[in-house]
Amino acid sequence: MGEFTQPLMEYGSIWPLFVVFGVACLGVLAEAFLPRGRRHVVQLVLAVAGLLAALVGTVLVGMDLEVTEGGAARGLFGAAGAVAVDGPTVFLWGMLLVFALTGVALFAERRLESGVSAFAGQAAALPGTEAERRTQALDHTEVYPLLMFAVTGMMLFPAAADLLTLFVALEVLSLPLYLLAGLARRRRLLSQEAALKYFLLGAFSSGFFLYGVALVYGFAGSMSFAAIDEAVRNDTENRGLLLVGIGMLMVGLLFKVGAVPFQAWTPDVYQGAPTAVTAFMAAGTKIAAFGAILRLLYVAFGAERWSWQPMLWVVAILTMLVGAVLAIVQTDVKRMLAYSAIAHTGFLLTGVLGVQGASALAEGQVTSLQSVLFYLLTYSFATVGAFAVVTLVRDSSGEASAMERWAGLGARSPLVAGAFAFFLLSMAGIPLTAGFTGKWAVFTVALAAGAWPVVLVAIAASVVSVFFYIRLIRVMYFAVPEGEVASVTTPSPLTTAVIVVGVVGTLALGVVPGPVLDLAADAGQFIR
Amino acid sequence: MDDVTPYIVLSTILFTIGSVGVLTRRNAIVVFMSVELMLNACNLALVAFAKQHGNLDGQVAAFFVMVVAAAEVVVGLAIIMTIFRTRRSASVDDASLLKY
Repeated sequence: MGEFTQPLMEYGSIWPLFVVFGVACLGVLAEAFLPRGRRHVVQLVLAVAGLLAALVGTVLVGMDLEVTEGGAARGLFGAAGAVAVDGPTVFLWGMLLVFALTGVALFAERRLESGVSAFAGQAAALPGTEAERRTQALDHTEVYPLLMFAVTGMMLFPAAADLLTLFVALEVLSLPLYLLAGLARRRRLLSQEAALKYFLLGAFSSGFFLYGVALVYGFAGSMSFAAIDEAVRNDTENRGLLLVGIGMLMVGLLFKVGAVPFQAWTPDVYQGAPTAVTAFMAAGTKIAAFGAILRLLYVAFGAERWSWQPMLWVVAILTMLVGAVLAIVQTDVKRMLAYSAIAHTGFLLTGVLGVQGASALAEGQVTSLQSVLFYLLTYSFATVGAFAVVTLVRDSSGEASAMERWAGLGARSPLVAGAFAFFLLSMAGIPLTAGFTGKWAVFTVALAAGAWPVVLVAIAASVVSVFFYIRLIRVMYFAVPEGEVASVTTPSPLTTAVIVVGVVGTLALGVVPGPVLDLAADAGQFIR
Repeated sequence: MDDVTPYIVLSTILFTIGSVGVLTRRNAIVVFMSVELMLNACNLALVAFAKQHGNLDGQVAAFFVMVVAAAEVVVGLAIIMTIFRTRRSASVDDASLLKY
């Protein structure tokens, strides 16, 4: 028997993760023991305090990361080697926590539904029955712990340094989102259907992911990324296991980001889920899953680049084309934003294909990892802001997401329509918005890596997508309203704050992207 | 080192049966059971590879997978139950309001 060695936990570096998880557990206790009337305030305070504490912690952890590997990367392995806290992790954690805070703000909005939140009073009450009418005035406060559990999974996902942690994090982030998708107060049938589709397809894809875990473990004999990397470099036996394993792992990960051919759930879930949830998961899931994709491909399978790059070329090209082309024919604003999210997944994948080593780049140019981090930030600001605006545009039956209802919105509510148009322009990548800088960053790294066919398609897809973004702007400003039109409901300061954050972030990253690009460059590389 | 090939072959067969079941069956509960079969196929492969490599990582992972699968059942059955009570049907073909 070997001697017992104490596992190296490094609590000093991973405590932001524990804070979020602990607050989620406290939220469950609060739900069980507090009287109904006080739950909303307590849950809100808990969630905001927890996220703020974790955000401060992330900054503190990020400031004193130790340099390793001759200055290329900073960080350490915590939780006995299962969690890697390095520059990119800290950057991703910061982003996730900021957008989780905006998510909490949107969840807590109660003025739009005249005094109650956008979630079903009691999810178990059947739509259209006496039970539903009786529970109409109730507030669904379980959503806050669910959000906190999802944030825990999202923070763990890009930090995971072995396959098992990666799988557990994937499930911890997915399961609460499946539930949240089904909790809309209005249009219950659509919401429940979205939850069912998301759940069944998500469970199916995590089955593939897990089989990929098993095969790669069979190849390498270990779950940790470092050991897999070593096996990939040295082992020439059983390469079949490795290749099939990589493919199956990528099925699970590409499903989470909504890449073609695993995009089918995206429009349905984005449309059916409560808009506050859509905003939160559109940003959060993408940030977390791209972090995980980058770490898995660069750290564990970096030496196997020539096997996975052609596959990603094809996926990236298809994703951009399908997203951009299908968005043209949409008549629903939320669905159109979902297809635009698919196209953005393609642009992000273009960045993943870029140059990884700083040595192959000119002075001051960002690497592929850093450009993707930056793009995720620009995309998330615009997306969260856009969905926040969608929650405001309403008619008598709730949110009016049908595009023809938006006709003439620019004249009725110039401020809100202007903010929305600004977000759309950023998604289209017009100069002086964040989207332009982000696209510029990912396209240049992909070009430097010789992926010019992908960049050509990306530019074509950007041009196509300008068309449908501008068309929606035209509807808002120049179309003559016919029939019932939607108008903007005045929100509480919470939603207003989210929109302001979106506008300021998008504008700042477009006009003066330097500081944030430097921050992303400071994040350095993954530790190995 | 033991030869674990038969177990891996069995696990691929189970995995295939599971994924074909997901794609062809219409009842949401049966679809979900097929997913569980896929997860169990993964467990078999993990344990077999653990035996082959002579370390415990795979076996530990199998325990984690069981716990995760149990959590997934809780969430999944809750979602399927609500949709069954609303529509009096658990067929995945009936849930078709959201499309195009």
